[in-house]
This record gives sequence, C-alpha cells and structure tokens, in this order.
Amino acid sequence: MAEGVGKYFSLIALSVLLLVMLFPLYMVTINSFKTEEGYLATGPFRLSTNLTLDTLKTTWKSTDYTTKFLNSMAISLTTALLAVGLSLFSAFALGIGKVKGKVLFLVFFLIAVMLPSESLVYPMYYFFKLVKLYDTRTSVVLFTAAFHASFGTYLLASAFSAFPRELIESAVIDGCSKLNLLFRVVVPISMPTLSVLFVFFFIWTWNDLFTPLIFLISNAKQTVPLAMALARAEHNVTITLQSSAALLGILPCIIFFILFQRTLTKGITAGSIK
Amino acid sequence: VFLLPGVLWFLALIVAPFLVNIAVSFTKWQGVGTPIWTGLANYQKALGDSTFWTSFRNNLSLIVAMTIIPTIIGLFLAAFLFDYISKKFGAGVTSFFRAGFYVPQVIPIVVTAIAWRWILQPDWGAVNTLLRAVGLGSLAHNWLGDPATAMPSIMTMMVWFQIGYPLVIFMAALQRVDPELHEAAALDGASWLQSFAYVTIHLIRPEIYVVILTTMIHALKVFPPVWLMTRGGPGTATYVASYFSFRNFFEISNVGYGATIATILTVIIVLITIVYIRVQIQQQREEGPYG
Repeated sequence: MAEGVGKYFSLIALSVLLLVMLFPLYMVTINSFKTEEGYLATGPFRLSTNLTLDTLKTTWKSTDYTTKFLNSMAISLTTALLAVGLSLFSAFALGIGKVKGKVLFLVFFLIAVMLPSESLVYPMYYFFKLVKLYDTRTSVVLFTAAFHASFGTYLLASAFSAFPRELIESAVIDGCSKLNLLFRVVVPISMPTLSVLFVFFFIWTWNDLFTPLIFLISNAKQTVPLAMALARAEHNVTITLQSSAALLGILPCIIFFILFQRTLTKGITAGSIK
Repeated sequence: VFLLPGVLWFLALIVAPFLVNIAVSFTKWQGVGTPIWTGLANYQKALGDSTFWTSFRNNLSLIVAMTIIPTIIGLFLAAFLFDYISKKFGAGVTSFFRAGFYVPQVIPIVVTAIAWRWILQPDWGAVNTLLRAVGLGSLAHNWLGDPATAMPSIMTMMVWFQIGYPLVIFMAALQRVDPELHEAAALDGASWLQSFAYVTIHLIRPEIYVVILTTMIHALKVFPPVWLMTRGGPGTATYVASYFSFRNFFEISNVGYGATIATILTVIIVLITIVYIRVQIQQQREEGPYG
C-alpha cells in the first residue's frame, strides 16, 4: 500500500515540476487569444472567456509575419542544405579517403565550432559591407553555414570512419569513381545521420539571433526571432500582441519538434558521444 | 579534392576573420579610417577595467547556472526517470516527461525571454503575484531592475532553459549501463543512493565530462538572453563578455577594444576546448570507440 502511494506521489511531484517548466509556454498561449479588454479583466494568468483570433491576425499583419516566415525559411533551408553538403564532402575526404593530417583537420574544425561568434563577427561585418553583401540574406547563410559545416564535418568524419570498409573496397574494385562512391554508396547508407544533421542545422539557424541581428538591418529581410525581439522595443505593442507574436515564433519550432522528436533525441546523443 | 570546398569556405569565413580580429585587438580603431597600432594597450586597459571584470564574473555565475546546477539536477532526474518511473509506469510516460523537460531547449530564446520578463515583471509578474498571495508581499520587487537581483534572475532562467540537455544525454547514457551491476550492488547491500553514487556515476562518467565541458563553453558564449532581458543593465550589473564586446563593436564604436575582449574570451574557450579534445581522445583509448 505504501508502495502504491509513493508511486503516485512521485508521479505527481514530477508532473508538478513539468508544469512549472511549461508555465511560460502556457502564459504565452493563453494570452495570445485574449482581447485587450479580456486581458485587462483577467490579468496574465487566468483564462478569459472572451477569446479571439483577432490579436493573432493583427500581429500577423503588423509584423508582416509572412515575409519574416519566408525569410527564416529561406535562410534556414539554404544554410542547412549548404552545410550538410559541405560537411559531406569534407567528411568523405577525411573519414573515407586518406588525407594526411586528418586528426589535425578535425581538431581545427572542432575548435572552430567552439569559437565565440564575437571573435569573427566584426571583420565579417566590415568585409560584407565592402563587397556589398551586408544586409542580404546571403551574408547570413554564408556565415552560418561555415560554422555548421565545421560541426558537421567533425561529426560525420567520425561516423564515416566506422563505415564498413568492405563496401568501399568492393565498390572501388568494380571500378566505381569517387563521385559515384560518394553518391551511390556512402550517401544512401548514411542517410539517417545526414537527416539528423539537416534537422539540427535547420533549427539552429532558425533560432539564431546574433547573426541576423548583426547582418540584417532592413525590415523586409529580417527573420522571425529577430523581428520578435525588435517588436518588443516598440512602444505601442500591448501584452496580448507580444504574446501572439511569441506564439507565432514558437509554433514552427514546436511543429518541427513534434515531427522530428525521435530524430532529435538520437541526434542530441550522437552529437555528444561521437 | 573533396576537401577543397569545405576548407576554402572554412578559411574564408572563419580563419581569416579570426586572424583579422586578433590583429584589430592590438589597435585603436573606430570602424572607419585607419586603425592605429597600440600594441598591448587594449589588454592593459582591460585588466584595469572594472566592467571587464564584472562581465567575466557574470560569466562565472552563468557557469554555475548552466553547468553545475543543471548537471546535478539532470543526473538525479535522469536516474529517477530511468530507475523508477520507467519501471513503474513504462517507457511511454518516461519519454513523455523527457520530451517535456526538453521543450525549453527548443523554444526560440526570444520567446523564452519575453515569457520570463512577464514572470519577473514588478507589477503583475507571476513571481510577485505569488509572493503577495502567500503574504510575503514585502519580498516582491523589481527583479530585473535591481542590480542585486538582476543576475540571479537571469541565472534562474538559464537553469530552467538548460535542464533538458543533461537530462536527455544522461538518460541515453543510462541505457548503456548493464542492469546486472545494479543488481550485484543491491545484493551486496548497497542502498539506491550508494549504487547511484558508485555505480551509475562511475559508468556514465564520459557523458558527464561531455556535458560539463560543452555547457561551460555555452555559458561563456551567452549573448541573446542578456541582450533580450536587460541589455546588460541595470548599469553594468548583467554584462557578460560577449555583450561587452558587442557593445564596444556596434554601440560605442570602440572596435579595437571590442576585439580585445573577444580575443580574451576566445583564448579561454579554446583552452577548455583543448581539455575537451584530450578527454575524448583519452576515453577512446581507454574504452575503444563506441556509440
């Protein structure tokens, strides 16, 4: 009997902890659907009976969410694709081909991943201004992809060194060219790892605030998180509007998280223990 | 040949700016005109600059909030979920909780910051409302506006944000641990806590190292939470190294000095990275490649 009580007690304790963890999310969600009057009547924590979609619509229009969303999509997709591609080529050379100083390369890539962006950002800012790439989405893609590709190379190269050698050797004996080897043998087999990388790069780029903050100045080119961060600074923004802006910012990530929950969990683990 | 695009990219966008940044750190430069070589002057200035020390002390506080506390909580929570909940309630309930605790890591930091500003808001924020409701209204105050509580508030937010990461990694690590070892320990009369301390922690040591080192680096690099919550304020109470260098770069056009701060931060991070690499190499030697 005591066993049973303890069992449910622990479950309840855990649930309470989880509720505390999810509280900010709850707040953002409920306030997004309140009208201005409803908010004033109920305060930030209680549900209002007066629910509306207008707040969300207003926010959508005033932040030009469609544009921001498309910007974020375009930047995140190209960055993720580019970074996966670059990592694939480099890791193919390092993990499967025989390159001298392989370990040294990997150490360099790993250090690059760890570098604080502050130590690179000013020269890049200056350089992009010089070559007229400042304030273009391309600048964000180029810069972010370099970082992600370093991480991807590091991770993929160690995954590739565990690649079954017999497969490669038999392919080479069959007269398979290197390019064919990469795309016909290596890519199909390592598809799971590549997709984990892709999902990660996508989410990281999507959530990144620092790079767009520095490189994108015009309103029409900004990403969803940046637009939200800057919207807060404007004075006429009410709590309900802020709230719905936040909800619009979360939604893509939550959807992504639910879709790729398994891949992500696998990936977090793969990233830490190579 | 296949290495070429990656390496060129790497040289152009990481190595080159990195070296330029180090060069700039030895100069006085406003971002326009010609930089003036000043040798180590910026470094000397940093050592005597109280804001510089405040920034790095706050980074230390963030290491407490993002490395030490989450690692400890994560360990206990992971062991509890793994040893107790999954046995009593099954894998579904367990992974539900795991996913729930991981949610803060997936939410964009901008949203996190907005929500936490409401929680800490002085007039109607959750914390103050709660304090008033239980009769401790005298403790209610402007959490982010008071230099004494601004940094602890950000630290609390970062603990909340960070918990999921060690939890997920430790739970994956526990799956590797042979249950027979725990049974053997139990037969020898070890309590759950003893078997946790001696068996579990010992066996998942590699993951613990990884979590500690990577989160330390994250804590040193923190920028968005501070920029979003307080912009370093009130005064300089919540300055961190990255924000301090950002401010020098883009707000007060003190580019040379900003580069100096960034370089010092980089040196610290690279040192930790080297430790990290050494630990990984050592583990591979000891236990062979796995995972």
